[in-house]
Amino acid sequence: MFKSLRSQLTTIWTILQHSFTPAETVQYPEEQPYLAPRYRGRIVLTRDPDGDERCVACNLCAAACPPDCIALQQGVREDGRWYPEFFRINFSRCIMCGMCEEACPTNAIQLTPDFEMCEYERQSMVYEKEHLLISGTGKYHDYNFYRVSGLAIDGKDKGQGQNEAQPIDVKSLLP
Amino acid sequence: MPVIHIDGQEYEVEAGQNILQACLSLGLDLPYFCWHPAMGSIGACRQCAVVQYLNPEDNRGRIVMGCMTPVMDGAIFSLNGDKASEFRRTIVESLMLNHPHDCPVCAEGGECHLQDMTVMVGHRDRQYRGKKNTHRNQYLGPLIHHEMNRCITCYRCTRFYNDYAGGTDLAAMAAHDHTYFGRHEEGVLQSEFAGNLVEVCPTGVFTDKSLMKGYTRKWDLQSAPSVCTGCAVGCNTLPGERYGKLKRVHNRFNAEVNGYFLCDRGRFGAAFVNSEKSLEYPGLRGEDGRFNALDHHSALMHMVHACHAEEGKNKVAGIGSPRASVEANYLLRLLVGAENFAPGFSDREQPLIELALALQQDSPALIPDIQTIESADAILILGEDLTNTAPRIALALRQSVRNKAYELAAELRLEAWQDAAIRNLAQDQRSPLFIASVADSRLDDIAEDRVALAPDDIARLGFAVAKLIGGENISELEPELQARAQAIATALQNAQRPLIISGTGCGNAAVMQAAAQIAQALCQAHNRAMLALAVPEANSLGQAMLTGPGAQSLAQLSKRAAAGKLDTLIILENDLYRRGPKASIDALLANVANVIVLDTLDNATLSASSLALPAASFAESEGTLVSMEGRAQRYYPVFVPRQERRASWIWLLAVMKESEREEVSELHSFDDITRACASDIPALSGITGAAPDAHFRNAGLKIPRQTHRYSGRTAMRADVSVHEPKQPVDEESPLAFSMEGLNRSQPGSLLPFVWAPGWNSNQSLHKFQSEVGGHLKGGTAGARLLLPATGTSASTATQPDATLAPSAPQQPGQWQMVPRYKIFGSDELSVHSPAIAELVDPGFIEISSDDARALGVNDGEGLVLNKPDNASQGELLTIAVATLEVRLNDSIAVGCAGYSVGLAGTEDIIAADKLVLSKADNWKRHKPQIIGSDGGGSTGGDHV
Ligand code: SF4
Ligand code: SF4
Ligand code: SF4
Ligand code: SF4
Ligand code: FES
Repeated sequence: MFKSLRSQLTTIWTILQHSFTPAETVQYPEEQPYLAPRYRGRIVLTRDPDGDERCVACNLCAAACPPDCIALQQGVREDGRWYPEFFRINFSRCIMCGMCEEACPTNAIQLTPDFEMCEYERQSMVYEKEHLLISGTGKYHDYNFYRVSGLAIDGKDKGQGQNEAQPIDVKSLLP
Repeated sequence: MPVIHIDGQEYEVEAGQNILQACLSLGLDLPYFCWHPAMGSIGACRQCAVVQYLNPEDNRGRIVMGCMTPVMDGAIFSLNGDKASEFRRTIVESLMLNHPHDCPVCAEGGECHLQDMTVMVGHRDRQYRGKKNTHRNQYLGPLIHHEMNRCITCYRCTRFYNDYAGGTDLAAMAAHDHTYFGRHEEGVLQSEFAGNLVEVCPTGVFTDKSLMKGYTRKWDLQSAPSVCTGCAVGCNTLPGERYGKLKRVHNRFNAEVNGYFLCDRGRFGAAFVNSEKSLEYPGLRGEDGRFNALDHHSALMHMVHACHAEEGKNKVAGIGSPRASVEANYLLRLLVGAENFAPGFSDREQPLIELALALQQDSPALIPDIQTIESADAILILGEDLTNTAPRIALALRQSVRNKAYELAAELRLEAWQDAAIRNLAQDQRSPLFIASVADSRLDDIAEDRVALAPDDIARLGFAVAKLIGGENISELEPELQARAQAIATALQNAQRPLIISGTGCGNAAVMQAAAQIAQALCQAHNRAMLALAVPEANSLGQAMLTGPGAQSLAQLSKRAAAGKLDTLIILENDLYRRGPKASIDALLANVANVIVLDTLDNATLSASSLALPAASFAESEGTLVSMEGRAQRYYPVFVPRQERRASWIWLLAVMKESEREEVSELHSFDDITRACASDIPALSGITGAAPDAHFRNAGLKIPRQTHRYSGRTAMRADVSVHEPKQPVDEESPLAFSMEGLNRSQPGSLLPFVWAPGWNSNQSLHKFQSEVGGHLKGGTAGARLLLPATGTSASTATQPDATLAPSAPQQPGQWQMVPRYKIFGSDELSVHSPAIAELVDPGFIEISSDDARALGVNDGEGLVLNKPDNASQGELLTIAVATLEVRLNDSIAVGCAGYSVGLAGTEDIIAADKLVLSKADNWKRHKPQIIGSDGGGSTGGDHV
């Protein structure tokens, strides 16, 4: 009897306290809440610090995506880089889980703090590469996959990557 | 069976294995790189380390290589002990010192054995701070891409390419950590089996170049069990599709047929499915002579109308095809009636193929599958250039001649997997292989003796060998041939498992008869002789089985058409212009009012039709093919045909249903047709055994065509509509166009891909085998339709018509035309694959340099081939048949000239014709000799 009375009083006291804490809810949309850069909203494809498309069409994001809403096709550019011939996200299926971002080895695909993507037409939720590709680097400013990778592309020959030795001369017997 | 102890557990294992094999067969995961089930062990990569203990008291043990350590009764091993796993982890770490950061842009990624093994051993961080070695890549031709940085020096590539496949232009170069695997200079890889490097190399050094141009990861491919349509060998394949395109073909293991390897025609030739020449809609020729597209129902109604036979009014005939399925051919034959059905061979080919079937049906010899061919210990090839007509068999013969080495090894009690030791032991000692052919071949390097003879002389040599074996005398033969015949006969008689191979390839019936006679003579003396006869196309033998002997030939049909006795001609998947001289095919088609053609790609016959129906290719339809060994095998649709394409059997069945034909009232599904065909045609009664029917379920489930990681399902078609369609339902087979179902332990004919937890690469195959390298758990695919005849009495077919006279002395200025096949170019469809097309030359004629001198031509110049006109006696009048580029080849038999079969410009040449050759004026080479089309290094993906 004493125990339950105490419990009731504690509850009332707690509720009373809440009357004086500031409200978490804001008057959206007039008032915009603060969303951290890590917030998981609309997905973008970013560019490397040199301004070139980061995505190498490795397909890892698509494989990681739980609702399977990413589809793309790899192609090889004249300069030797792999790139997505098309890159499509069906946002009407996307659950903003961020798995794609986590899987991406090039930091190309990133989630942004924008979640305002309502549409009257479901079809308009299908984003193609032209809707996804932004002109900046997003959250990660320095990474350029091709500087690290061993693939030769125009402007970066074999041996010019990070931590790479000059190509081996097969005809030499020197160590 | 020896009992061994692994990590305290007792296991019974197969004697004669090594620990690696034993572990994998037991289902234990032991990492490895250099060992390959078909190529044995060399102990190069040090990855398969285990700890072996001397006795139960020994608690230190020592590290041994699993692949080099035989199992012995009572032996004690540790697989998972710290020492062994630490050793294996550091091996991967050292392999990774120089490994590039490439996985995302590596065509091996997701099915990379190196990735799998790295994860399996638990290596994660590269601790070494030094720089990574780099290498320049080479241009290796249109088929294979080279990215040398990724090499882990396991030596599998050179061991396959040189030791297994007999190649000479790929080697390990340089020393220590500079080792480089490539050619001495850039250029097209010369081996016809180079494509297997894609699957043999455990890393992304060698990858499929055509796949790289529109790459799809293994997990995103939809695939189904299929059968190669490149030749009559019937290798089992796994084509993979994405976005409606055939992306690549991988090997599908079949212990009795192709084992682990395909030829390059099979692997890279199937891309014809994506050709722009693909038909997508039916077309009806209008008044203006142009085709108008139709929907499939109106096309059907037109066809029903054209086929409607009123009493004696509308006479319908059909031409089937040796490259179409048994079922489609059977339906067409049902539709037009057996007496109006031509199998669709050329007039020259038809009797040869009928003979090949009869000889094999009647022969007391064993008709071998490839696994059995590999067991042969003496081989005679009569007139067949196997590397170009049945490539996979040529690869098998390279293994057969090693039986001598295995015998030597057995004497020293060396296990068969001791690859390096056995090769060292045997050096150049080989089981005898004799080749009698019209000219050189790619197997000459392993032949004990090769002789170039005109086809009739090859037959004479063969008959002489048969006589010698039968104890008769051959004094009528030239002394030089006598000696040869004697040597061959002795070698064959001394062998335990002699094999005679011939085929339709040199266009001569007597050659095949001679082969059959030798086999028969051997059978009378031996218990086990083998006879293999190569035929040209994927279903040539099935077609001969369907029609039986004496079917309508094209010539007979042409005659009927010329007499006005044909109104409608239905041509099933057959380009007649490849089956006879243009003039006669033109005449045949012009004499028939309605020409209805069902085919996959646009071709000359289709362009001459009045109604064209788009037939689904092998990758979009199901069917049964009968291979040269008489194995009925089923292929399944890899993807749903686009637009109005339908499998030929669906078109034909629909036409018959619309016409309310009684024969088909009971036929509703593909399985019904197979069953009807099996019960109607005794020779094909076994085809129902080729694969389980559509009701088969694997533990209650269908078998998925998609892997469980198949991505993008809710986005692939979202550009068209965001509302995803239901997955297509496959009612005709136990396979599903989905990722749901069970891909485990089903019959081998239903294996759509290989994958096992932790094993993403094709090395996961061993999880599907009863023991590593052995048969598939669910059984080997295909049903044998040819079993050795029981009696040993001489059958009619093997009797030679008469003792052949030596081939007639050469008429001055005349040469006998002998066919020269090309793996790239001689068959109809693979040349439409862009990668293969780069390797196809324009037609050529091969003559010896003496003949060339006499004719006043040089290599690369032009020759006109003229047919002597029989009508005019006396002075020599001629009709030009072709003008071709000269290639000098001194190995060609005297009096013969070899023409490239199937290559541009050779359509009107018929094997064995005697033609007059003369120098062509104003000759220009068709195509300059190029070393590589993208060798410059500036085009996409080919950076060196
Ligand atoms: S994971 Fe990254 S690089 Fe790979 S396809 Fe997706 S976005 Fe492109
Ligand atoms: S070979 Fe394998 S591990 Fe190496 S880059 Fe390619 S996928 Fe990655
Ligand atoms: S190229 Fe491939 S197969 Fe050859 S040694 Fe290197 S990793 Fe092994
Ligand atoms: S040998 Fe014949 S069946 Fe086998 S892969 Fe080559 S072309 Fe295809
Ligand atoms: S697999 Fe045993 S050493 Fe390479």
